[in-house]
Amino acid sequence: MADTISFLKPREAVLSRRAAIIADLTELLPPECLVHEARELVPFETDAFVSYRRLPLAVALPKTTAQVAAVMKYCHRYGIPVVPRGAGTSLSGGAIPQEDAVVLGLSKMSRILEVDYANRTATVQAGVTNLNISEAVGIDGFFYAPDPSSQLACTIGGNIGMNSGGAHCLKYGVTTNNLLGVKMVLVDGTVIELGGKHLDAAGYDLLGLVCGSEGQLGIVTEAVVRLIAKPEGARPVLFGFDTSEHAGACVADIIGSGIIPVAIEFMDKPAIEICEAFAHAGYPLDVEALLIVEVEGSEAEMDAMLKAIVEIAGRHGVKTVRESQSATEAALIWKGRKSAFGATGRIADYICMDGTVPLGKLSYVLNKTSEIIDRFGLRVANVFHAGDGNMHPLILFNANDPEDAARAEEAGNEILKLCVDAGGCLTGEHGVGIEKRDLMRHQYSEADLNQQMAVRYAFDEGWILNPSKVFPLDGRPAA
Amino acid sequence: MTLIPNSETDAAYIIRNAAGDGKKLSLCGGNTRAGFGNSAEPAEIMNSTGLSGIVDYEPAEMVMTVKAGTPVAEIETTLAANRQMMAFEPMDHRGVMGTLGEPTIGGVFAANVSGPRRFVAGAARDSLLGIRFINGRGEAIRAGGRVMKNVTGLDLVKLLAGSHGTLGFLTEVTFRVLPVPQTVETIVISGLDDATAAKAMAAAMALPVEVSGAAHLPQTVRFRFLGGALPSGEATVLRLEGLAASVSVRAEKLAAVMEAFGPVSRLGLEESQTLWRQIRDVYPYSDGTLKPVWRVSIAPSAGHQLVAALRLETGVDAFYDWQGGLVWMRMEADPEADLLRRYIRALGGGHATLLRASDAVRAQTPAFEPLPDAVAALSARVKQKLDPAGIFCSGKMGYASPTAGGIL
Repeated sequence: MADTISFLKPREAVLSRRAAIIADLTELLPPECLVHEARELVPFETDAFVSYRRLPLAVALPKTTAQVAAVMKYCHRYGIPVVPRGAGTSLSGGAIPQEDAVVLGLSKMSRILEVDYANRTATVQAGVTNLNISEAVGIDGFFYAPDPSSQLACTIGGNIGMNSGGAHCLKYGVTTNNLLGVKMVLVDGTVIELGGKHLDAAGYDLLGLVCGSEGQLGIVTEAVVRLIAKPEGARPVLFGFDTSEHAGACVADIIGSGIIPVAIEFMDKPAIEICEAFAHAGYPLDVEALLIVEVEGSEAEMDAMLKAIVEIAGRHGVKTVRESQSATEAALIWKGRKSAFGATGRIADYICMDGTVPLGKLSYVLNKTSEIIDRFGLRVANVFHAGDGNMHPLILFNANDPEDAARAEEAGNEILKLCVDAGGCLTGEHGVGIEKRDLMRHQYSEADLNQQMAVRYAFDEGWILNPSKVFPLDGRPAA
Repeated sequence: MTLIPNSETDAAYIIRNAAGDGKKLSLCGGNTRAGFGNSAEPAEIMNSTGLSGIVDYEPAEMVMTVKAGTPVAEIETTLAANRQMMAFEPMDHRGVMGTLGEPTIGGVFAANVSGPRRFVAGAARDSLLGIRFINGRGEAIRAGGRVMKNVTGLDLVKLLAGSHGTLGFLTEVTFRVLPVPQTVETIVISGLDDATAAKAMAAAMALPVEVSGAAHLPQTVRFRFLGGALPSGEATVLRLEGLAASVSVRAEKLAAVMEAFGPVSRLGLEESQTLWRQIRDVYPYSDGTLKPVWRVSIAPSAGHQLVAALRLETGVDAFYDWQGGLVWMRMEADPEADLLRRYIRALGGGHATLLRASDAVRAQTPAFEPLPDAVAALSARVKQKLDPAGIFCSGKMGYASPTAGGIL
């Protein structure tokens, strides 16, 4: 297993007091809300970035905001690191603990507190899963828009921490655009509320700052999210192209034409083959690149948009066009794409990159990605949200071969640097976590990073909240 | 004397020196929103009008980068030539605030200025992808970027948006733009009282017809719009935008449902454009007076309740945007800040901003919603991290926090 990413050295003063800390936490939490037996800690040692694991000191699973506040107040007093955790689906290691940390898991706070259709909001506890919200309001014709691939498992608290996106954010935006308010516990146990059912912040946009802060500014325990009326229908069309350049140019032309599809997904040949073998979705195997473009609205509106989109694809030499005539066909088109990660996991271990690039650079970055991968003697499958330039190269490797794993990690880093150099960023929706932490200086200057860290200090002077994440471990300024 | 730096380097130099000397600076763009906030400590004005021009615009990528002092009009003209627009519909404050000058894009983002489409398409801050700014130490800082999805590090872009020049001097902004809809149509429902209008608007928003504007114009303001051409009685107006074929289908569907509430009529493209621009710019209260004007953000279903409660106690005129969640209020005499804010809290929370008032009133009224102690203290600490010497417009956004001792 690769082990090139380091964690902060555990605080000796905390480790040496382990027994006392657990005894104190027992006073603060009901017995079923505290985990500290080594064997029971194992499920919390990593997240979906499984190459790295650390057993935490203890796991607190509070049921109320007051219990979260009590734990935070205690940990703040004694300088004990706290690592917040939703469902542990982070792909960047955002929820991986460390030996001196108390994991603060929100999984027991999973209730939908209020659905308010007149104001189109849902008030939920942080441990509610993303999909639960849409399921709860779907019958009444509403949905919650951000739809990360892990939406079955991932929690809204985790989504806020990572500012999660999804396939449909081209039209509806990411978490920060759909979040109206939070209740959160500050590092010292103070409970504050930001926003609510009204729009925009009074004072500074601390809500906007908290969203995507990867658990470094406080613990969100409740959220008010925006609900949207479900469109009448949605219909995908599938295009096959001879080259990824043609597919990339087609994407840019669709966007430039004034049509905003709800999603534009891209798959390259390796990804098509992997998904087809798994899902039997009927994907064409004689093309180099595949696009799935989805539009929404009434039948008339979808007809008009799809007609225009098919015409544009025609101008870019599209080889295969498959329009869906029924819900079954539509589901089949999506089935392959949605099973991409699972299907890839069947044939090899993989790491999923998340760089984002300007749309005009898609083909360039794809070609350069192939060059990098070839140079490292690896394989890559590309499946990503093309409409917003969010690339997801899946680098395939053998996890049982440490050298192969190290090569994959190194190739991944080069690809992310490539994204930044092309005018993009390291991460579009997965977050920095530990995975991209040491690349932050490639995207930001020293002054840029210092400014971000200074703002972080305003929230957490002792740097106890998820401390090994986001910012390079060296060069952290003094408070 | 007004300081007008011509480059980011000049701006950084001025600010570095000011921080060293403890000299206060009042930051602005075209200063058309000059009346915002409380009067800050006396300060030298530094504006961004010397930093002007479009740096990069790729219509196919729907992204534009401009220097902060670029006039909004220039941006709108350039976008319109490519049939694109700023989806958040920034309002022009000159009419209601009685100011002159040229609004700049930096001012739009510094004040997070949005219009009627905000409640479905996001605020200015949602379209803002990246910024360059000078912090209070005189350092040039870059935050965000030029791609739509970006979660790399803390989102300082959001923090600076709406900070009214109290955290940094914006030098460059990169924002997302959207295609101009092919056509626009407005459904008008006449004769609804405020409470019924709120129900009608909520019903409209629950339909899959993508309403992109929902406003209610009571009798006292209705005649001010479209030169009095709206049908008589209160006007509840719902905007539909998009491909022509689709808009007409959706309009039929929406009208059919709205007929249960009251008589329905329709406005075409040009009248719709004028109407929504007038709503955006608070046309009825662009009256050349200094009567206090409030901008209240509240849960949509609570807007009319707030106005009804206030009417029992004071002279107030009001109309509604954002499905009722944005209430524009003109007070007859006293701003009644305490009363207003007490009712807002009682109705579940929100915030009231005093947009316009005489100097005498402004001197006695917190223009921005006072924050709870813990949030005020946190905000003051954040301000301190961006502007350690407190040289940017201190006092504009709020008062000293009892616990943190800082001012915003």
